[in-house]
Amino acid sequence: MNKNKWIGERTIRPDGADKVTGRASFAADTTMPGMIWGSVLRSPHPHASIVNIDITKAASLPGVKAIVTAKDIVDFPFDTPAPLGIQDMRWMTRNVMAREKALFHGHPVAAVAATSEEIAAEACKLIEVNYEVLPWVIELEEAIKPNAPILHNILEFDGKPSNIAGTLEHKKGDIELGFQEADTIIERSFTTRPVHQGYIEPHACLVSVTADGKATIWSSSQGQFMVRAMTSMLTGIPQSDIRAIPAEIGGGFGGKTIIYLEPIATVLAQKSGHPVKMVMSREDVMRATGPTSGSMSKVKIGAKKDGTIVSVQGTFYLQAGCLPGSPIRGAAGCAFAPYDIPNVHSLGYDVVSNRSKVAAYRAPGAPIGAFAVESVLDEIAEEIGMDPLALRLKNAAREGTKAAHGPVYPRMGYAETLEAAIEHPHNKVALGNLQGRGVASGFWFNAGGESSAQVNVTEDGNVVVTTGHPDVGGSRASIANITAELLGIDYQRVSVLIGDTATIGYSNLTGGSRVLFASGMAVTDSTEKVIKSLRERAAIIWDIDPDAVTWEEGEARPAGANAGMFEPLSLEDIADRATETGGPIGAGAQLNTAGAEGGFATHICDVEVDIELGIVRILRYTSFQDVGRAVHPSYVEGQMQGGVAQGIGWALNEEYIYNKDGIVDNPGFLDYRMPVCSDLPMLDTVMIEIPNPKHPQGVRGVGEVPLVPPLAAIRNAIYNALGIRFYSLPMSPPVVLEALDISQAAE
Amino acid sequence: MTNIQYLAPTTLDEAVSLYAAAAGSARILAGGTDLLVQLRSGMINPGIIIDIKKIKELNSIEQKADGSFVVGASVSGTQLAKHSSFGKTWPGVLEALNLIGSTQVQGRASLGGNLCNGSPAGDSIPALIAAEATVNIQGPNGSRQLAVKDVLSGPGSTNLSQDEIAVNFIFPTRQLGSGDAYLRMIPRTEMDIAVVGCGVNLTLENNICTSATVGLGAVAPVVLEVEAAAEALVGNKIEEETLERAAEACRAVCNPIDDKRGTIAYRTKVAGVLMKRAATIASQRAEGA
Ligand SMILES: Cc1cc2nc3c(=O)[nH]c(=O)nc-3n(C[C@H](O)[C@H](O)[C@H](O)COP(=O)(O)OP(=O)(O)OC[C@H]3O[C@@H](n4cnc5c(N)ncnc54)[C@H](O)[C@@H]3O)c2cc1C
Repeated sequence: MNKNKWIGERTIRPDGADKVTGRASFAADTTMPGMIWGSVLRSPHPHASIVNIDITKAASLPGVKAIVTAKDIVDFPFDTPAPLGIQDMRWMTRNVMAREKALFHGHPVAAVAATSEEIAAEACKLIEVNYEVLPWVIELEEAIKPNAPILHNILEFDGKPSNIAGTLEHKKGDIELGFQEADTIIERSFTTRPVHQGYIEPHACLVSVTADGKATIWSSSQGQFMVRAMTSMLTGIPQSDIRAIPAEIGGGFGGKTIIYLEPIATVLAQKSGHPVKMVMSREDVMRATGPTSGSMSKVKIGAKKDGTIVSVQGTFYLQAGCLPGSPIRGAAGCAFAPYDIPNVHSLGYDVVSNRSKVAAYRAPGAPIGAFAVESVLDEIAEEIGMDPLALRLKNAAREGTKAAHGPVYPRMGYAETLEAAIEHPHNKVALGNLQGRGVASGFWFNAGGESSAQVNVTEDGNVVVTTGHPDVGGSRASIANITAELLGIDYQRVSVLIGDTATIGYSNLTGGSRVLFASGMAVTDSTEKVIKSLRERAAIIWDIDPDAVTWEEGEARPAGANAGMFEPLSLEDIADRATETGGPIGAGAQLNTAGAEGGFATHICDVEVDIELGIVRILRYTSFQDVGRAVHPSYVEGQMQGGVAQGIGWALNEEYIYNKDGIVDNPGFLDYRMPVCSDLPMLDTVMIEIPNPKHPQGVRGVGEVPLVPPLAAIRNAIYNALGIRFYSLPMSPPVVLEALDISQAAE
Repeated sequence: MTNIQYLAPTTLDEAVSLYAAAAGSARILAGGTDLLVQLRSGMINPGIIIDIKKIKELNSIEQKADGSFVVGASVSGTQLAKHSSFGKTWPGVLEALNLIGSTQVQGRASLGGNLCNGSPAGDSIPALIAAEATVNIQGPNGSRQLAVKDVLSGPGSTNLSQDEIAVNFIFPTRQLGSGDAYLRMIPRTEMDIAVVGCGVNLTLENNICTSATVGLGAVAPVVLEVEAAAEALVGNKIEEETLERAAEACRAVCNPIDDKRGTIAYRTKVAGVLMKRAATIASQRAEGA
């Protein structure tokens, strides 16, 4: 079926050799002559007014070259929104450096640059901060109570200062009328805990500022243009004077779609006249960089005896951390999106408290919504005696369904994921004692937006492609596949590079599962222009009309007998004669792409429970996903497996443990328990290719939806094994054992 | 800002005198899998590091004519696993040592380091206690022996004085029909720290347990020897009723803390479960021996 030569091939990734040999350069690997080190002083209190900062002693320590506090960072007053993409610079400036108040334990309060890391750290200790310690609140449940300590008096809800920073609502039909039609109504409440993205590479940057004020930033991020824009806004340096160079990135999962260190290092470099390097420790990462939200939600679903879902209601409270901006859109918008339901009401609340500000995490918010909805669906299926996959298939959204969050779906493959799951051997294999099977589905919006690309033919007839997106998931290999396919040349002849902000046009974040969708479009557009140019060059050489030249299998050919009898011209032949036919050959595109369309997935999970120790082991896991077109199947599978692995951690073990002083007690991977390899079985994947009709290659974002179903799939599997329903995450061994004890006592 | 001096003596005498001369500013380096982590995190700040891996007594494994073993304190888990007979005689000790960390860590981590680090959650310690191992200790004033169960004095501290070095471990001659086993509870499957660890060593004659020793970790400030659990096993068949009494004895001695790694209730319960499971494995091994 696949007539393609390169699209769909498991080609060797261009960055592979460098990564396996340790040659790849990550942000912390960059050094410069004259470089000095920056270190951050962090708040020892979870909530405190900053009365005064005295840097005199620190400044006089030998080796100290510059000190930065909030007054060196551009302020964005609290009362004037300053949006940048989905962020607001009012919150970013206060997150990067505490301004009026320190809002969580670990919040940056000042920073020092010195000739060594040790001196910089020593100098931080000499900075005298006069705090007025304030009452604090960490947990969501507490933060929304009427007498809770208020973080920001300017935020109001119901006319009063509140920690509720905002709401978001989706409505369709009339839920009250809908519930009247239902034979069964189930309403349940759920909680989930904040979890960290867990990228292996801590945040790091090196910034050099020249005497005439031009800054160069080397850093690891999910968007060099985001780094440039935010640094510009927080330092006042125009974007044209900032060059942001993307390093190789050791994981981001959304957590590197905002910045922490870059503006601080830039100001330190400006003040000191030296290049400044800053590297976070794992502890800094765990204390002060975004996890995703914890949540409290309530979901009510009404269905008829035959399984038709008639009405649904969901309320989702999400923890934003210390400043507004939790992903309520993902929770409230995605929760019911896989289903065709006439009456929907979905409501999200954004709640601040004294913990680090959340950052995006793979389908931000959507796993929280799906955990609640897909759990209640499991209970509905049981109550009406229907197979849970069949229940979902009966209600599956299809082409033409209008979703509560707005769009009318084009051709997409949610139902196909369910059909594939129903028929799959995994769904049929018998389970043993204390084993259980659960299923769940999920949706993620996906995104389009701005991307730029440049495709150049080299003088020796090969091809260099430059795009503007840090490659987190193998996008360079996929871009090379697309380019080789379109040009009809060998994959090895295409080099794909990631440009910096000075060498390629604006490209939005590596996020929202958008990179291959959007940059694939920009590369396709550019490559098509190159092909047009190659035909024109051949036409000049043959002295015929360009329309009489076709480009096939990597060479220019006369379009037919009428065009004349000419020997085909290869890419090398044309490149060789470029100068005489008009000069260099290359083309670029700068697009604002649309038509990304949502991603859908269904997962099946088998677990086994050690009922004496409360340990849940994943026995088998299969994910079924509409992947549009798998341009490079290995990296699509990698995305599916990665999302599931993170979902398993979220469901079973990951949580922040705060001590009685409002301080995180487990700021490292020993006690913040992400899964390790031996915790996981081979995570099986079934890619279902229903090409996105709105993309030249049929690409659909695949990176985020894999994290949406696992929480509920695992929870439903545990119920199937034990007969116990959990409503809170994580389902860690002590929690499971306690639930077993309670259920035994009840028997 | 500190300069650290690295020394690697090749004889025990040299190491002992260097260590004593440093008067508390030196640290012993075996595999370094605890030491380097503590250095990097700023927990310790030594002026001198004395690497003991080049000293023969500390880095060799010997089986005596009577079947007893002498294992150097800095021998790594990987080295011990490669020995032709140690693992057959003391499978529980070996599995405890090689539960530590990952393959990379096991290439370095030693029994001496695990013990001298002093953690109540050190994985090899309950198995060493169950094996009734003793440790030879050398200091400037000569040598002495301590039973492993008497080495720990509190979380992170031992009864070795600041100029003493653990030289090697002595594992007694094994009776026919003996077996040992170690199990730990961790939420993950590896790269984790024991929430509870239990080592059991026992001897069977005609299916009756004639002697037993039980070590229990991570449930008190130091790793415990649970004599009452051993007493519950001795004189009985290893069956559910016996095991339940031994488990009860383990639960009774638990004095854990409620912390990020586990609640008191959970740890106490798990101690009993691991006791039963480890004793069952040890008795199966004893039957096979
Ligand atoms: C990733 C990772 C995972 C780990 N997992 C586990 C685990 O699962 N279970 C577990 O129990 N531990 C674990 N550890 C801790 C550590 O690996 C073990 O405690 C190991 O046994 C220490 O042995 P070592 O030889 O590396 O000791 P070192 O780090 O060299 O020494 C440890 C301490 O003992 C002192 N010391 C060492 N040898 C002697 C001696 N002969 N005489 C006197 N003092 C001495 C040192 O000065 C130091 O204070 C882990 C560590 C890491 C880094």
